[in-house]
Amino acid sequence: MAEISEAGNGADKRPLSPHLQIYKPTITMTMSIVHRITGAGLYFGTLILIWWLASAASGPEAFDFAQDVLGSIIGRLVLFGYTWALFHHMLGGIRHFIWDSGAMLDKHTASKVAWASLAGSVVLTLLTWIVGYAAM
Amino acid sequence: MRTPLSRVRGLGSAHEGTGHFWKQRLTAVANVPLVLGFVWFVICALGSTRAEFAASAGNPFVAALLILFIVSGVVHMKLGMQVIIEDYVHGEGAKLAALMGNIFFCAAAGLVGVLAVLKLAFGG
Repeated sequence: MAEISEAGNGADKRPLSPHLQIYKPTITMTMSIVHRITGAGLYFGTLILIWWLASAASGPEAFDFAQDVLGSIIGRLVLFGYTWALFHHMLGGIRHFIWDSGAMLDKHTASKVAWASLAGSVVLTLLTWIVGYAAM
Repeated sequence: MRTPLSRVRGLGSAHEGTGHFWKQRLTAVANVPLVLGFVWFVICALGSTRAEFAASAGNPFVAALLILFIVSGVVHMKLGMQVIIEDYVHGEGAKLAALMGNIFFCAAAGLVGVLAVLKLAFGG
């Protein structure tokens, strides 16, 4: 026997199961992590939406101020990121509906669907902003 | 007089069975059309004055879309953030505080949003 822990049971010498940094990143793993990050981002981003609606309910001055802030360069950048997070999280959710049915779970199909949802989120975001600028 | 099997049937260790999973999926399904409708509403509202905005949010169908989106959204947010907290916050006290804070945040955001839409819808 080599060293024994204070507890005397050798618990600190037992092998640990490998964690994230052991594995080469795959697209399904990355999309899973990004799904959680976009979810958390949307959680706090909801404050922008609520603030916007509340400003409209408060009166013309408050609404104009909110419109100016959201229409500024920084406001637009934040909203662009918010749009992408929204579509990425939405497509990620649809991917989960498909997986819940048991379909498209094999390794290669799952990777293709993950790439497709990433591409789809970028396309939908750009499309939304193109339509938005055309409508203004 | 209940048998042990009847007591545990459908409940599991969290005492709500698949309730969390089911509500997460239910709100997720609802959120897909509601998000698309909301994005469409935002595009229509671009550059509008407050009066135009209030008139469009005053349409019952638009107001209903907004309220459904807010309610389904904050419930989905509460469920999702709960999972994140349970995964990463391990101290009992901190976890309890975070779980409560999560519910307060979502309830407050949802209430302010719904009140704002109702005020606009009723011509405020």
